[in-house]
Amino acid sequence: MFPIPDRCWLWLAATLYLAGFILGTVALVRERRHSRLRMYFLILIGFLIQTVGLYLRGQAVHGCPITNAFELLQFTAWSATSLYLVIGPTFRLSLLGYFTACLSASLTLVSLLVPAWDSVLRINNFGNSHWIEFHAALAMFSYGVFGLLALTSIMYLLQFFSLKRHHLRGFFSFLPSIVDLDHISYRLLIAGVVLMTAALSVGYVHWIRDLERVHSFKIILTGSIWAAYTLALLLRWRGILITKRLAWSCIVLFMAALLSFSAIESSRKAPAIAPAASQP
Amino acid sequence: MSEPSSPTLFALGASHHTTPIELREKLALTKDKMDVFCAHLNQLPGLREYAVLNTCNRVEFYGLANSSETVANLQREFCAFQGFSDAEFNAIRQHALNREAIQHLLEVSSGLDSQMLGETEILGQVKDAYAAALTRRSTGPVLNRVFQKTFQYAKHVRTHTAITEGQISVANVAVDLATKIFGELASANILLLGAGEIGDKTAKAFQSRGAKSLTVASRRLERAQELASTLGAAALPFEQWPAHLASFDIVVCSTAATQTVVTKDSIRAALKKRPARPLFLIDLALPRDVDPTAAEEENVFLYNLDDLAKIAEENLAARTAEVKNARAILTEKANALWEQINKSASTKQNPPAANSKC
Repeated sequence: MFPIPDRCWLWLAATLYLAGFILGTVALVRERRHSRLRMYFLILIGFLIQTVGLYLRGQAVHGCPITNAFELLQFTAWSATSLYLVIGPTFRLSLLGYFTACLSASLTLVSLLVPAWDSVLRINNFGNSHWIEFHAALAMFSYGVFGLLALTSIMYLLQFFSLKRHHLRGFFSFLPSIVDLDHISYRLLIAGVVLMTAALSVGYVHWIRDLERVHSFKIILTGSIWAAYTLALLLRWRGILITKRLAWSCIVLFMAALLSFSAIESSRKAPAIAPAASQP
Repeated sequence: MSEPSSPTLFALGASHHTTPIELREKLALTKDKMDVFCAHLNQLPGLREYAVLNTCNRVEFYGLANSSETVANLQREFCAFQGFSDAEFNAIRQHALNREAIQHLLEVSSGLDSQMLGETEILGQVKDAYAAALTRRSTGPVLNRVFQKTFQYAKHVRTHTAITEGQISVANVAVDLATKIFGELASANILLLGAGEIGDKTAKAFQSRGAKSLTVASRRLERAQELASTLGAAALPFEQWPAHLASFDIVVCSTAATQTVVTKDSIRAALKKRPARPLFLIDLALPRDVDPTAAEEENVFLYNLDDLAKIAEENLAARTAEVKNARAILTEKANALWEQINKSASTKQNPPAANSKC
């Protein structure tokens, strides 16, 4: 049905995301507002092509394609993009498409440019448990939400500093208002924590049945990320972690989440190449 | 400029460039006067088509005449009607023919010729002038085409240059900043501290951009009530504003006080009650009303008169820098349009004109 290998599709998708980012950058450098519709369709086409690539990879690994660092980054970019495609037209935040293109291009290109991250294919990684696969996919989708949250946080910080330092022209003039960005960030934080909580709950139910299948290092790392995001949400709700402190926290936490992929991958390399226990 | 003997497209009038406000007041046509004068023009021999653009900054006639003599007759009629001598009008008049007339209309409609460079209100006024001419049936194929293309090109210039970007008045800059902080202003609560002219202007600028909740506080309560009633706002006794500060998102300060009115402590107390919501302080007073160190508070955005004026100046400079680009685009468009009109005239065919009522 698809004679082209999965990585070619993923390269093509990455190129389209990169094209969106370059077009947006050129428009901003020339101090012109880029066409939001054109950016949306460019990202949409990239997303559809990436979906084909991930589908083919899913066929190859007999499950959700989140079995190595390459696939994890690809799936995170795919999740963030899918979320942008849903919320982008609703919230009409200018530059969100540009930043999404930037994030997706970075994640997909970096994952494609490091062959070592895709050197091991874990076939049938989730055994026959659809619940584990669901847990892993849900957890990865929450990472996509946190990716988008990191983008809105960056936009918030840029607008915040432009208003504080009275630098309002050029690039800064196209950013959305800080109240709009704060609202959307808060909602994304809630959505991300809810999704991750659900994912971990499903994973926990499986884990207590079969303690040996899951690396404790992965549980500690994933649990720490969940706890940190949940704490950030609680502090935001109480009005303690707000404005730029919240934005910085969301960016740092997402970086930590991305780094955890690499840490988990390293921890899995110690044993022989065998189907892993669960994801992420 | 050549004086062709064939039908002549013309622009004739006076604007803020050459005419002081006292003379513009005399030249302006009220609605009644406009109706009477247009009835005169309908009878003017040789005047095939015309439209009148009458704003606070200009009175201009655009039209198609059989000869330049007809244009001179129109000027005489207008001067006689408004009680001007020809010599007096000649000293302030602006006059362009054919391609230059098209170029002038394009520049006027795009805001290049406006007193506030790049303002967009003028395009609406040109549209109104054209609509009125259509109603009077005083346009024809040539003016219809010229005006319709003008609207298209003016929008093109707005989209493809930065001629309309950034606000260039202090009040509008303040409103623009508020939208960068709060987005929609409909739900923002605004407090005016001081009931002077500048506060009034800024409040109106906020209202024009959708602000609904305004409160006025002044040392003289009756003055606050007076301004509040004209703005459709609420009035607050001056001594009560610190207690209510937490319920406001935007504070416009323009009191005549000689000492700080809004202290850092009062701001801190307000922020404790609304930690996640930003507070925008606009200090338009001299000497300043707001303690400048208030800007150090995390969720406070403080702009004084100098800050706003500087932004307005920067925006104006950016617009001015775009004039060359905009004019180049319009020159190209004016040339093309004039060529089309000329070609149609030479083949004795009228150019296509949508919605022509003549």
